[in-house]
Amino acid sequence: MSGPLLKVENLTKHYPLGTGFLNKTIPVVRAVEDVSFSVEAGETLCIVGESGCGKSTVARLLMRLVEPTAGRVLIDGTDIAGLKKNALRAWRRRMQMVFQDPYSSLNPRLTVEKIITEPVENFERLSRKQRKALAAELLRKVGMSPEMMNRLPSELSGGQRQRLGIARALALQPSLIIADEAVSALDVSVQAQILNLLLDLQQQMGIAFVFISHDLGVVEHIGHRVAVMYLGRIVELAPCEALFAKPVHPYTEALIAAAPIPDPTRVRLEAPVEGEVPSPINPPSGCAFHPRCPIAVERCRIDVPPLVPMADGRVVACHVRAPVTDLLEQSNVIAGDQLALVSESHSSISG
Amino acid sequence: MTLLSAPVETVPIGRQRLSDLPRLAKRHPLVFIGGGLLTLLIVLALAAPLYAGDPLNMDPFKRLQPPSPEMWFGSDNLGRDVFARTMFGTRISLMVGLISAAYAAVGGLLIGILAGYSRAFDSVAMRVMDGLMSIPTILLAIALISLTGPGIGILIVAIAIPELPGVARLVRSVVLGVRERPYVEAAVCGGARLPKVLWRHILPSTIPPLMVQGANVCASAILTEAALSFLGVGVPPEIPSWGNMIASSRLYLAIAPLTIFAPGICLAVTVLAVNLLGDGLRDLFDPRAKRRR
Amino acid sequence: MLMHTTIANDVLLDVQNLETHFYGDESITRALGGISFQVKRGETLGVVGESGCGKSVTALSILRLLPKLTAKTVGGEIRFHGRDLLKLSEREMRGIRGNRIAMIFQEPMTSLNPVYTVGHQIAEAVQIHTKATKSEAMAKAQELLRLVRISDPERRVNNYPHEMSGGMRQRAMIAMALACSPELLIADEPTTALDVTIQAQILRLVVELKERTGTAVMFITHDLGVVAETCQRVIVMYAGRIVEQASVVDLFARPSHPYTQGLMRSVPDRRRGRQRRLPEIPGIVPSLREPIVGCSFAPRCPFAIDICREKTPILRDVVPGHGAACWRAEEVMGA
Repeated sequence: MSGPLLKVENLTKHYPLGTGFLNKTIPVVRAVEDVSFSVEAGETLCIVGESGCGKSTVARLLMRLVEPTAGRVLIDGTDIAGLKKNALRAWRRRMQMVFQDPYSSLNPRLTVEKIITEPVENFERLSRKQRKALAAELLRKVGMSPEMMNRLPSELSGGQRQRLGIARALALQPSLIIADEAVSALDVSVQAQILNLLLDLQQQMGIAFVFISHDLGVVEHIGHRVAVMYLGRIVELAPCEALFAKPVHPYTEALIAAAPIPDPTRVRLEAPVEGEVPSPINPPSGCAFHPRCPIAVERCRIDVPPLVPMADGRVVACHVRAPVTDLLEQSNVIAGDQLALVSESHSSISG
Repeated sequence: MTLLSAPVETVPIGRQRLSDLPRLAKRHPLVFIGGGLLTLLIVLALAAPLYAGDPLNMDPFKRLQPPSPEMWFGSDNLGRDVFARTMFGTRISLMVGLISAAYAAVGGLLIGILAGYSRAFDSVAMRVMDGLMSIPTILLAIALISLTGPGIGILIVAIAIPELPGVARLVRSVVLGVRERPYVEAAVCGGARLPKVLWRHILPSTIPPLMVQGANVCASAILTEAALSFLGVGVPPEIPSWGNMIASSRLYLAIAPLTIFAPGICLAVTVLAVNLLGDGLRDLFDPRAKRRR
Repeated sequence: MLMHTTIANDVLLDVQNLETHFYGDESITRALGGISFQVKRGETLGVVGESGCGKSVTALSILRLLPKLTAKTVGGEIRFHGRDLLKLSEREMRGIRGNRIAMIFQEPMTSLNPVYTVGHQIAEAVQIHTKATKSEAMAKAQELLRLVRISDPERRVNNYPHEMSGGMRQRAMIAMALACSPELLIADEPTTALDVTIQAQILRLVVELKERTGTAVMFITHDLGVVAETCQRVIVMYAGRIVEQASVVDLFARPSHPYTQGLMRSVPDRRRGRQRRLPEIPGIVPSLREPIVGCSFAPRCPFAIDICREKTPILRDVVPGHGAACWRAEEVMGA
């Protein structure tokens, strides 16, 4: 097996606040802090978290719509962060994006045909006939009638528009699609249609997804592995079923517990987690979750917990639930098994 | 809830058919009144040699004559046909108005788009624009014309330059708003090169506000030309222009009022037509600005 | 008269055949096609449906807050304590709005005035409807902020809306709505713009406050999970009509309208196990610009038969207290 399709290493993005003309030290928004993960071909990696956790910035960094402050993004082993414009354009073909808002992500002045064939026309000239054929094929792929080709986006429903967004992403036959809250703006019945479409496409074409969402129900349904982000950092990354069956990080726990469940007979026992997400301009010291954490200890205020591999193939950043000392002890004993477990869980996903 | 919060988008134009014209006229009467008046004025101006006499011909024996079948609006202090001069004056006014508006629009569009897209250019260009804005139009025109001597070309340039900052700022603000829109980012993700992004996805959004602003510039350019000509620093005095006519006839208001009223009313009607068209276009492009029925 | 007193004892708000139209340039949108429902004293009524189903229009129609130029309530009655709100003068309506019926919106930032402090705005709401002095009203504002669990209310009363987080602004909105101890609180998607952990806090707060103050709540949402956690009774809306009405337990136990069923099934739910495909509702919501013949859900409905395409079903009780507007409700309930 070759390396992963996408590998992200220590990705960091700080946005400076203001230009710092007179004072030398400019305050920064720490949007993304030291994020690493990988995505195998044909796999769906979900990134969940609340607003301001940096998940959308990660998407934009992957697409290089913004430049990273530090870190690397490797596609098939090539670092796209170092690429010049034209080489980058070529790499963009491998990776496409589906946007959240089906209204503002389509140019209201262009016809359906022009919208979905534009990516291809950026790379090669198409005759009128070829363009029509391509548009028809793409529309069929996303479950729309080719007759829609001459419509304007304003003549379509929200679900149809999101299908167009997907068709546009498919035009270049990418191996990876980044979906940034791609179903969040849709009604539930339409959301189900779009989720099914994404699953079908993955099955037919082997496309890998980085699926960014705040909706745990959707994530659980569509994900193979899930990364939970809090204030710019990944706090837990685990195979989907394991994560929902037994969340380890207290924030993951709180997130899962907070999601409303459509069952009136269920009695909610646990109190919702207190407090709100702190500002990324001035994040708490140590573990960013400690002010809200029910199990925080003294150490959480001081040290940032590292991501520690656990026995079931997940990584967790928590001093209490995944202490580093354990790892050291374990690694002395079962270092080999640990690695085997991690790679096993990977191959079972992609296989 | 969608009924109330549905995203309002500007209606893409260019898809309306000719058969929709009566409906459009009813919904956007200003565009039709303003546009109609303006078209009429342009036709009158272009066809002036066909129906009006020679505007330059002086007849010392027929000075300050009242209206007559030969000279509908009478004659001025040098015995020239006021009607012919007024009609030929329309040419000057419209030419100055339209060409300065076009210069300002094109120049402002270029500066605005570049400023909207390049931070480095933005910081320089916008300071220059600030500087330009602080120069009074009339003073700039007087300065330029005293350097080069009077002429219509230099007049147009002098009128267009002070209008640049307004247009450039408008375009820049539109570009800044549009470039962050997801469909522009989507185009970048799809591998589009910068010129294509600008041309296909950003430029079209600047056109509607640019047309509205262009109409405003045109109206004020016509007025500025008249003012400059009145002051004697605009169109050379031998060329019939409304400003010149009013200036040279102001001493004879009591004897031959039409020598002033004819160009004055024409000036007012032209500016009104252009402004109506501008307002109408604004309503057409931005349905929210119009009070809904 | 006698009848009115009995109604007043139990039913707080009685809406009958409410019809609201929106007027576009060339078309009429029948946003509400004659809906009838009741809100009882102290209960929480959920109103669920997807965008465009008319749930927000219902709230705005009740409070007569529809945009004047484009919308009009063309028929029906809205009886509040037996008085028809549609027949009140604008002045009388002002006495009811915010005082006896209060409303909270989805986006608190747009409903708070950015140039006044939060305390000032709550105090103002108190002063409009009571004869409190300025300092009394400020004290009350502080007390209300404490009631909605804003920490450090002494300091927070002097905050401007932009100095607060989204969750805190929504709490402030709730405080303002509760300023005059309304009998009915209409909450229009109050947690939709919030993060899940904050949503959980706000939902808990709404439930607690309702228990403490006895205010009836009309909870408008698209999220079935939120309904299950907060409401006692639910109405489900589709294309401007009520398609199902039941107690929350009953609705989730045996949904009797195909739309409700479809809606419930299309939400990913781990208790059903991980299926790879979600059951979807095919097709799209019909346009309300053209009159609809028959049941508006028929084109998307797996149960549809000939009668569904010809005659509009009315809302009728399938079992006592559980109504559905479907010709085949009994079969649907069993399915």
